[in-house]
Amino acid sequence: MANIFAFAETRAGELRKVALETVTAARTLADATGGEVHALLVGAPGIAAKAAQLGEVGADVVIVCEHEAFTQYNPEAAAALAADRIGQGGFRAALLSTSAQGRDLAPRIAAKLGVGLVTDVTSVELTNDVLIARHPINIGKVIATVEISGNPAVVSMRPNTYAPVANAKAGRVEVVAPIGDPSASRVVVKELVQGASGKLDLADAPVIVAGGRGLKAAENFKLVEELADAFGNAAVGATRAVTDDGWRPHSDQIGQTGRLVSPELYVAVGISGAVQHLAGMRTSKTIVAINKDKDAPIFKVADYGIVGDVFEIVPALTAAVLQARRGH
Amino acid sequence: MCVKRVPDMDVRFRIAGDGTSLDETGIKFDLNDFDAWAVEAALQLRDKAGQGEVVIISLGPNAVQETIRKALSMGADRGVQLQADKIPFDGFSIATALAAELKDGGFDLILFGKLSPDSSNGVTGPMVAELLGLPCVTAVSKLEIADGRGTAKRELEGAQEVMEFPLPAVVTVDEGLNTARYPSLKGIMAAKKKPLDVKPASLGDPRVRIQRLELPPERVGGRIVGEGAAAVPELVRLLQTEAKVL
Repeated sequence: MANIFAFAETRAGELRKVALETVTAARTLADATGGEVHALLVGAPGIAAKAAQLGEVGADVVIVCEHEAFTQYNPEAAAALAADRIGQGGFRAALLSTSAQGRDLAPRIAAKLGVGLVTDVTSVELTNDVLIARHPINIGKVIATVEISGNPAVVSMRPNTYAPVANAKAGRVEVVAPIGDPSASRVVVKELVQGASGKLDLADAPVIVAGGRGLKAAENFKLVEELADAFGNAAVGATRAVTDDGWRPHSDQIGQTGRLVSPELYVAVGISGAVQHLAGMRTSKTIVAINKDKDAPIFKVADYGIVGDVFEIVPALTAAVLQARRGH
Repeated sequence: MCVKRVPDMDVRFRIAGDGTSLDETGIKFDLNDFDAWAVEAALQLRDKAGQGEVVIISLGPNAVQETIRKALSMGADRGVQLQADKIPFDGFSIATALAAELKDGGFDLILFGKLSPDSSNGVTGPMVAELLGLPCVTAVSKLEIADGRGTAKRELEGAQEVMEFPLPAVVTVDEGLNTARYPSLKGIMAAKKKPLDVKPASLGDPRVRIQRLELPPERVGGRIVGEGAAAVPELVRLLQTEAKVL
């Protein structure tokens, strides 16, 4: 029997979707070994109310630590608490998400414990007590199957690979005190600047509409935004050329040095398909490309391509998508 | 300032005969992009302070001297190679060696790129911080240093965090912080004369081992639905009936 630890990520007092994904992945591992899932939930007083949601996706135990200094992400105090709990033993693996927060937290925990860590994992399994993870390397052009030796192993999962599955377990709440004083952390989040409310983030959107230099000017990005609005569940992304030129913020950049995305549908507008960009979106389920150059590399990875003028095609597609969604 | 030599990604990778490494024949290597932005940040901070030095550390075989020289040609002051047969895949192994080199202090800031595209783990910086007991902020797109303290902005999914921390500290650099300068001819000439110490790397025992490498299945694309706006109705039909995403 091997228990699995899961870190339940929150932001501004709410569980993030990746928290449910992490517990789901942990449940899969625990079921294979007959063990339990113990999820750690830290936050401001009141966060315990979120524990039930973790039970619904398969947490047997929810370890809750409430403290004012956990109102914002508190990397040092969260890492200390997680490492202490994991270090008490009984866990074969500790799972986090390869989100911005998980990327920051996982190496701290692994280094505190002196144990192995693999990030951005697309699948994980325990076979004969050997922990095996698959991890894309070289911008996704090569897939590494790696073995993490030692016990426990720390693994951070690529977002959107383990969809949350209802699998209700007890979710027994165990309240714990922080390790040390969380108010004394050296690294402090002074402010959380939330993006525009109601806008889907690239990580969560089932559809992404992305624009490149083919749009010719920053103001023409409104064509991309209108198409995204027509889908109703889309986020807007951009190529590195576009963010370097300041047409869009760097946080919108999809590619090797930007965001890695894998939505259900990816619509590339005026994007030629440089290697740097393909690295960030090649795992999208369905890819549509609209570009004037029929030889553009983006067409080689696109399931559906339209060759021609984006200024003519995109408005027509926006109108057609709106019509289709109205059910006509 | 810790930098890594990484392969050019604009190639078709081949798996070597052992099944656990890549065939490096014909592959070009360069300074990691994220590390170049970190070097640029270090140079700007040094120049603004009007004092101090920027030391470049890189771990690996002698080929990494070329990577160190590139950073020196951008304007860094001196280099240290931590010599190892190859660059380990395991971040903990690398972090252990870097922490051993840096344990005696003498710095205000240790900068890293946030990630290298080859091993794609992004763990070395925060692991070094943890091993040295230093404050750490990862993936910063804005950084200000004043009076022994730092303020940084971190990019999250659809949000940003503004962080404060005391020095000395470890900071890992994201895109957007700056634009890295190109080495000037004068810089390249000067770099040849800058000191570059070579020491053995005290690597940690690897915790993570590659069992095998595989190439993912090629994406089968390339279907052109049509030309111009006239192709839109057919595209919408395919999205509804074939891809079932609309």
